[in-house]
Order: sequence, then structure tokens, then C-alpha cells
Amino acid sequence: MKEKTIRTLKSIGLGFLEPLIRAVSGEEPKKNLGTFVKGTMFPIASIFLFIAIWHFSATALFNKEANVKIEKARTEQGEEAALAMKACIVSGDVSCQPNTLPSPVQVLAAYKTLWRDHVEISQKKDEFKEKVASTNAKRADQGLGPIKYTGRPSFLDQIITSLKTVAAGFLLALLVAVPIGIIIGLSDTLRNSFNWLIQILKPVSPVVWLLLVFMIVKTVITDPNMDKSFIISFISVGLCAMWATLINTSMGVSSVDKDYINVSKVLNLSIGQNIFKIILPASFPLIFTGLRITVSVAWMVLIAIELLAQSPGLGSFVWEEFQNGANDSNAKIIVAMFIIGIIGFLLDRIMLTVQNLMTFKKA
Amino acid sequence: MEALLKEEHYTPHLEGKPNMLVCKNLKKVYPTPKGEYVVLDDLQLKIRQGEFVSIIGHSGCGKSTLLTMIAGLNPISGGNIQVDGAPIIGAGPDRAVVFQSPSLLPWLTALENVMIGVKQVFPKATKAEKIEICKYYLDKVGLGNDFDKRATSLSQGMQQRVGIARAFALKPKILLLDEPFGMLDSLTRGELQDVLLEIWQKEKITAVAITHDVDESIFLADRVIMMTSGPHAKIGDELFIPFKRPRNRRDVLEHPEYYDYRGYLIDFLNH
Repeated sequence: MKEKTIRTLKSIGLGFLEPLIRAVSGEEPKKNLGTFVKGTMFPIASIFLFIAIWHFSATALFNKEANVKIEKARTEQGEEAALAMKACIVSGDVSCQPNTLPSPVQVLAAYKTLWRDHVEISQKKDEFKEKVASTNAKRADQGLGPIKYTGRPSFLDQIITSLKTVAAGFLLALLVAVPIGIIIGLSDTLRNSFNWLIQILKPVSPVVWLLLVFMIVKTVITDPNMDKSFIISFISVGLCAMWATLINTSMGVSSVDKDYINVSKVLNLSIGQNIFKIILPASFPLIFTGLRITVSVAWMVLIAIELLAQSPGLGSFVWEEFQNGANDSNAKIIVAMFIIGIIGFLLDRIMLTVQNLMTFKKA
Repeated sequence: MEALLKEEHYTPHLEGKPNMLVCKNLKKVYPTPKGEYVVLDDLQLKIRQGEFVSIIGHSGCGKSTLLTMIAGLNPISGGNIQVDGAPIIGAGPDRAVVFQSPSLLPWLTALENVMIGVKQVFPKATKAEKIEICKYYLDKVGLGNDFDKRATSLSQGMQQRVGIARAFALKPKILLLDEPFGMLDSLTRGELQDVLLEIWQKEKITAVAITHDVDESIFLADRVIMMTSGPHAKIGDELFIPFKRPRNRRDVLEHPEYYDYRGYLIDFLNH
């Protein structure tokens, strides 16, 4: 039981908990607890160090910006205005705060604001749902679509939208890149003929992909009811992110251990069996490495693409906050930054876990 | 010494049996940047049905090339190979191979590794029958309790046992063994030789084993074929091993003529 728990934890990347579990279960408690403290305390200490450095640099930047503001008031309007500006900054009045890197405390406050905002909005949504419940039931009877809430999305809604876009983009990348990778990987001729295309398209910037997709989608999809911006952004995400999977799949397929191929030949496996029973499982480790890179890239380019495609999500959230220029906008952007980072990390861990479950390990 | 080479000593179970494998004027050429490299040249080989033949020779003499050509995994440059009277076309389950590295599919269990072949050879059998066949052979190689173990969690020796079970389960016409125990330690090697002989004794499949271990070649085979060193390797000599079957290691080692055979082979290899 204990060993199994440890194995599971390790496979999802929580291996650092191993000594704690061993210590709790009474196995060399002193030594294991020591290992755990060593393995956990230092990372925690590094977090504090990071926050401290951030705090001090934010304070320094704040002071610099404040001084500039005061000096400007002095040179433009005289000594009195400078003093007034100073008093205003010290008092914490929103109207005159220096606009610079927010401190950790401000970011935490912004996070709380965002959360309160989310609670408020979801309340409104619930109320709205209650209000239109009977109307919607009637509309359903008449074969009409329900009335939807069209208010401002909360921060959490934006995250969910982003995740949906990334999921769709990833799925697209998977469905396009893996089959093509297999086909290309099976034949040297095909690989050589398409290599130039892959090598040229791979480094193309997400922005260019977005524009390209925009040109095509705009022509292809004329139905105004369809969510064009979502379609454009998820296709662009998929196109940007699929290259790692495509290259890894074709490499994995073309470099399957010769022993396995010989086994397949001796057994006279058909082409289908050969692909699904030998080649695919044998190249799973490389394919999954590619898929992991694809997920990371998808999440990374998503923000830029949402920002440009004006589709809702974290990207547009960041952009709106930047344009907004409210007092806590900068802090909100930093909150978004952390959330983007943490979600990216979690996505990678999920992929790693799936990879460990799906692929064999070399003896 | 002369007496050793006469066919009267030939093991009785081969009397009147037809040829199962015939290699005629066999040639293998590898192209190299410096021109053609002729590995095998004008090689003649006949193996009777139910015969166990060891092929011995120095490393690089082309014995593995010969085996992979018989298996159909390596194209023939000249001459031909006939199995059961018909020329071979590519690889196939009628010529099962036990590779030097176990070559199990690491994402499958022991049983599934055998099953993948059984499914090919017995497509009409019911699922229960197929499982029965797999279990029978795995049991025979001493893995009766490890059906569902992943290939990767088995030791090298156990993996090679699965390799042997997989080959026998195909019910091949010829069993080809390419230095099957070359990667094992000597204890495990001995155990596996016993396992191989025991199961072969039951199945009486024509077998060709490549080895560079003189004792192994004598212990396993009815006939040891000695290959000359390449290039242009061919069959240099052959030696019939008439020890009665089923064999056991001690009887063979204590046989009065054992060291004559051994000396003969070592002599050949040293010249």
C-alpha cells in the first residue's frame, strides 16, 4: 500500500513527499523526516527569497517613479505642487499613485479583488438563470434556444475559456500531427520530401499563423452565428503547437528498434497490425514527449493569440487590463501571469502522468 | 578420430527423414564504399527434418548472416534457400527465430508476447484455445506463474524463456536460434539449454542454432557445422554428435568420447 502510494506520487511528480510518507508510517522516522525537511524547506525558503527580492525591487521602482513624479510637479508647477504630490502619494490616494511594478502585497490584494468579482458575477449569473428559467422552458417548448447570460465574464470564466481553447487546439494538433507523423515516419522518401516544408513552417511566429488562419477562416466560415474568434484562435494554437508532435512522431516511428521490426516480419503481421501493435507502442515515448512540448507551446502561444484574435480568455484579460490602466491593473496582470504559469505547470504534470501511464519503460 | 565423422553414428531419429532445409550455392554480398564484400560464397547446406544443427565459427564469419538469410530477414545475393521443398519468400512464422536479445515487446506481458504470434498462426482457434497454447508453452519454459508479468519486469534469462516459448508456440517448420544464450551468465545459460532441449525433445522441430560456445554446440546438436572465417566463408567441416537423447548434461560431459569431439571442434577453430 505504502509503496504503491509512493509510486503513484512519483509518477505524478510529487516524489518529494516520499520521505514524509515513509516517516509517518514509522520507517526510519528521524532520517526520513530529515530528508523531507531538507527537500522541502529549501524550496520553500527559495519562494520567500523570491518574494523578498520582488518586494524590495518593487519598492525601489515605486520610489524612483514617485521621485520622478514629484520632480516633474516641481519643474512644471513649482514647489507647492511638488509637496502636494508627495502628500498625495504618501496618503495612498488612487489618483496619483506611481504606475510601476506592483509589490507582492498589491498582487495579493488584486487576486482577492478578482476572486470577489468572480463571486459577485457568479451570483448574478445564478439570479439571471432563476429569472429566465420559466421563459427558457417556454422557449424550449417552442423549439427556441435559451436566453443566455451576456454580462461581463469573471476572471475564472476567462481561465476556463482559455483552457477550452487550448484543449481544442491541442486536440487539433494531436489529430493532425500524429497521423501525419506516422505516415511520414514510415517512409524515408516521404520524410525527405516533406522535410523542407516542416523545417520552414516550424519556426513561423504564432502571430503569422493567426493572420493566415484569419484569412482562411474569414472566407470559409460565413455563418454569423459561429464563434469565429474562438475558431481562429484554437486553429492557430493547434498549428503553432503541432510541430513538436509531428517531428517527434515521425522520428519515433522511423527509429523503432530493429528487433521489434524483425519480430513483426517473422510473425508476418499485416501493415495495420504492424502499425498498431508494434510501431505505435514502440514510438509512444517519443510521441508523448512531443505531445508534452505541444501542450506547453499551445499554452504559451495562446495568450498572444487570444490577445490578437480578440477572443475571450486570459490573453484578452491581460490586454484589457493593460489598456484599462486602472490603479490595480498592473497587479492584475501579475496575477494573470502567475495563474498562467501555474496552469502551464499543471498541464505539463498531467501530460507527464499520462505519459507514465501509457508508455513502457526500458528494462 | 576418423570414426567420429562417419554417418553410421548418426542419431537414429533422423533415419529416412527428408531434407527440411536446403541451401544451394548460397552467396551474400554486402556493398561497401571500398567495393563488394563477399561474406558467404558458394555455401551448401542440407538439414534433415527433426535434426538439431549447431553452426559454430569465429565472430564475423557470417554465421548470423546465414541465419538471418534463412529467416528471410536478410536478402539473398545468390543461390537459393528451400524450406520443405519450396524456396523461401521473405520472413514468416514457419521459420521462428529466437534472437540473441530477447526482443520481447516491452509494453506487453509475457502471455501477450506469445499471444501475438499465436494469433497469427492459429487465426481460427477460439480465444480460450489460443490462451491455452500460450500458457502451455510458457509453462514448459518454467514461467507458469509469470503469465501476466510485463516483459520489462522479467530478468534477461526469463525474457529469453519467453522468447523460446514464443518461437515454439508458432509451431514452426524450422526453429532458428541466433546465439540465443549469448547475453546470459553461464548459470542461466545452462538452465536455458536444458529448457530448450527438453521442449525440443517433445516437439522434434528442425532446429538451427548459431553459437560460438563449443560445449553448447555439442550439448544441443545432432551435428555441428563449422564455418570457415570470412570473407568468402563456407562450410569447413561437420561433426556428428551421436549422444543418445534425451540428453542430460552430466551424461554428455562424462561420455568417454566427449573430449574427442570437443578437441576436434577447438582444433578446427584454432586453424
